[in-house]
Amino acid sequence: MIQNIKSNFPIFTNNPDLIYLDSAATSQRPKQVIKAITKFYEKENANIHRGIYSLSEEATQKYNQARKTTANFINSNENEIIFTKNTTESINLIANTIQPLIKKGKDEILLTEMEHHSNLVPWQQLARKHNFKLKSIPITENYELDYEKAKELINEKTALVSFTYISNVFGTINNAKQLINLAKEKGAITIIDAAQSPSHIKIDVKDLDTDFLAFSAHKLYGPLGIGILYGKKQLLDQLAPFQFGGGMINKVTYEDSTFIETPEKFEAGTQNIPGAIGLAKAINFIQEIGLENIKDHENELTNYTLNKLKEIENLTLYSPSPEKNAGVISFTLKNIHPHDIAEILNDNNIAIRAGHHCCMPLMNLLNIPGTCRISLAIFNTKEDIDKLIEALKKVQEVFR
Amino acid sequence: MNMYTEIILDLYKNPLNKGQLENPTHESERNNPLCGDEIKIQLIVENNKIKEAKFSGQGCAISQASASLLTDKLKNLTTQEAKSLNQQAILDLLHIPISPGRLKCALLSLDTLKGALGKE
Repeated sequence: MIQNIKSNFPIFTNNPDLIYLDSAATSQRPKQVIKAITKFYEKENANIHRGIYSLSEEATQKYNQARKTTANFINSNENEIIFTKNTTESINLIANTIQPLIKKGKDEILLTEMEHHSNLVPWQQLARKHNFKLKSIPITENYELDYEKAKELINEKTALVSFTYISNVFGTINNAKQLINLAKEKGAITIIDAAQSPSHIKIDVKDLDTDFLAFSAHKLYGPLGIGILYGKKQLLDQLAPFQFGGGMINKVTYEDSTFIETPEKFEAGTQNIPGAIGLAKAINFIQEIGLENIKDHENELTNYTLNKLKEIENLTLYSPSPEKNAGVISFTLKNIHPHDIAEILNDNNIAIRAGHHCCMPLMNLLNIPGTCRISLAIFNTKEDIDKLIEALKKVQEVFR
Repeated sequence: MNMYTEIILDLYKNPLNKGQLENPTHESERNNPLCGDEIKIQLIVENNKIKEAKFSGQGCAISQASASLLTDKLKNLTTQEAKSLNQQAILDLLHIPISPGRLKCALLSLDTLKGALGKE
């Protein structure tokens, strides 16, 4: 089934020579998702929640079903899924509303050295606002987190621990459960940046017992412009709304307003209805293929890629051991700038990402200006990787 | 797009005017936040004429070639002439097609030069 997966993606029919290795930036959309969104606009389009006519009621039903589908996908309750614009907005939502949950005497925020700017800058700003200390769990020479140091860093003063589930630079699958357990022992709130995760590994929020988790639809074969925030209901109920306006109110006078329950409390204004429908369709798409099958395919391809890259001279890999890599691989070539590599690869119809990948502090730590990054998805094949290797050798020829 | 002409590649391996000046009269450093290119330009100006120009830093072949060619052009220009150098002048020096994504790379040295001259 994986063999014919590429044919589900119109982008490859329209760009037959394209070798797309940048799914960590955004994934591609299968025709099923595109059709569901177009169908909404063409046949089902109406605003939700308060229309008394059939079209609106049906749209409302579809939106609610999308929330259910998403909840099932990560094993949460329905009313614990909030629709947002993307992972970044989800994290900003918590950072802006979390104050009441932070216990007195706690004034440290713990992140990791491998965080994306979207899971660093909001916390940095929160720390500045309240005079908190911002600390980071260091990375090891194997591009994993240093769990021994993490044990030392998580203490009674730690208010919250936020970390990326899968690194967007190294592909490292972090031991989320271990970090969450350490955090819970010290009464710290946990937030998982799962932006890179749902297309690669099974997320089970009850099993993880995380307080909050965020991801975007567009990295999961879903549409751009929608993401989710998961939060435990008893915590979300304690947070004030993030945005105010229509759709989240109970009663409004000129002087004051009361607000409705979670999750709608956090969904002010008209939401991205086709986005939610597209996300649900993407989840169905993944479930039909089977996450286990996706994992197997990507594991095999990751191994293949790492082995092939090791054959190239003067190439430095920034990857944990293959079984810990979710299919995101960073590398550099000696004396050739990542930009120039990406440029020549583009001439060969290969799309990779080059730069700091929204991890400037991490690049400074590694003492490099940036890396080239390949990221794998279900439609990638060994042939794609073979062409990549050929093109990298060409790059080295040009700069010989 | 064939950006990697012999000239560009040669300049990448054998840059012109790369190094540090002992007592520059003008200096500026800029970086391209999108990708990690960094350029420092140092000048020695006497009687409004640029006597010496050097650059240092790291970056992609385009940004480095641009810095080489620009610093070469600066020698014996007046500061006025140097200030009037614009985007097109850089593109003419490079003499290769530059895609929109790489324009910032090509123009980083010009940006840095403007920073150095602006201090008058």
